[in-house]
Amino acid sequence: MSEVGPKELRIVGFLCNWCSYGGADTAGVSRFKQPTDLRIIRVPCSGRVDPLFVVKALLNGADGVLVSGCHPRDCHYSDGNFYARRRLEMLKRLLPFLGIDDKRFHYTWISASEGQRWQQTVTDFTKQIHKLGPLHSGKEAQQ
Amino acid sequence: MSLDKLKQIITDVMKEVDVVIGYKQGFDPLHATPCFITKPEQVDQVIWNPLCVQNLTSYLTSLKKKVGVVVKGCDSRTIVQFMQEGLIDRSKVVVIGIPCTGVVSVRKVLEKVKHEPIEEVKFGDDGTVIVKTPSGETKMALSEVAPDKCETCQYPTPVVYDHLAGEPIKSTKDPQSVFKDIEEFDKKSLEEKKAYWEKEFDRCIRCYACRNACPMCVCQDSCIAESREPHWVSQKSNLTEKTMFHMIHALHLAGRCVECGECERVCPMGIPVNKLKRKINSDMKVLFGYEPGVKPEDKPPMFTFSVEEKNIEEHKL
Repeated sequence: MSEVGPKELRIVGFLCNWCSYGGADTAGVSRFKQPTDLRIIRVPCSGRVDPLFVVKALLNGADGVLVSGCHPRDCHYSDGNFYARRRLEMLKRLLPFLGIDDKRFHYTWISASEGQRWQQTVTDFTKQIHKLGPLHSGKEAQQ
Repeated sequence: MSLDKLKQIITDVMKEVDVVIGYKQGFDPLHATPCFITKPEQVDQVIWNPLCVQNLTSYLTSLKKKVGVVVKGCDSRTIVQFMQEGLIDRSKVVVIGIPCTGVVSVRKVLEKVKHEPIEEVKFGDDGTVIVKTPSGETKMALSEVAPDKCETCQYPTPVVYDHLAGEPIKSTKDPQSVFKDIEEFDKKSLEEKKAYWEKEFDRCIRCYACRNACPMCVCQDSCIAESREPHWVSQKSNLTEKTMFHMIHALHLAGRCVECGECERVCPMGIPVNKLKRKINSDMKVLFGYEPGVKPEDKPPMFTFSVEEKNIEEHKL
């Protein structure tokens, strides 16, 4: 991953193309101020997010992972986020078992029109990750 | 359960199937090994004792023939799980069930006799194992050397069978305490748990024995742990890659693991591989009231969804 400034942490966001990515775009177009720690990866649907994406990110240098999709019943593919909800909930319960704070992983639902809500989520989540600090020590991240 | 009865059932089943999978004596008196019986004269090789630890259903998904298979209670759950996922044609499998009174962990026995060569193994009627080595006989109770899975076994009698060799037996173990060890472990602090897994996974030599022995790992040559595109795990031998491999194994078994314990049994480094899967299973029970490999008509929770999830609440930041 690219070098980051001393105060910035690495947060990976998996956003669904139809709702949350649109929501982030709305926030951008409306010029809402957002923290810059988040790096967004656009996926076709939250159902595309394999829990292993999150694990891989957390093991390989990310300090936090955010997954966001359409609201339940609003999925572009009608049921992708229902599957995602089950998988991500399972993962959220598994992470503390491995010794990773489950606060480092968050999943939520944000629609394309909810720019304000997106800004709020990113700000709060980034604050939460900053409170926890970096997940990896410098040595580990270099491996 | 008498061995003669089992042999009789196998002889009968032989008439309608191409091969029967059972157990025979292995390379030393402490090891049993799977055997594939295709001719009636081979039936005499068959043995049954607490050393018959392997889960023979692992072969079912790769065999195209009509197969008879000998199963213990825990192994039978694999067959139910295969049925739930449509991985076998039930009409092509004849299940020979054995009501099981518990098996032994070969590793625990070897530790007790300090890894000396084994000369003879006898089983007493009172639930004891007598192991003879050059330095003398060691007598131990079955419960002392039982694998962890036997301590909480809920299904000593197979949940599915066509023939049953013996009388059905009921479990005497408390169903509430099945995940007790998992709950205990989960109470530890994050740092303790992290240190524990780092220590355990660091020993992993990535032999993939756990994956190869796992009956539910059905991807075979398409396993993503070995694919280059996408490159999920690299050839580097570090903790990150080792942890990643175990996470792939655990998450691909989410809500599917029947807890036969094969992964742990075959691990040459003694890593508690099954613990992660049991943690997920305990969550599946809480979230969806689901237990893998018990009812053939169930659907694995990750294969389906409900619009209103009763037990999943939205997380607030």
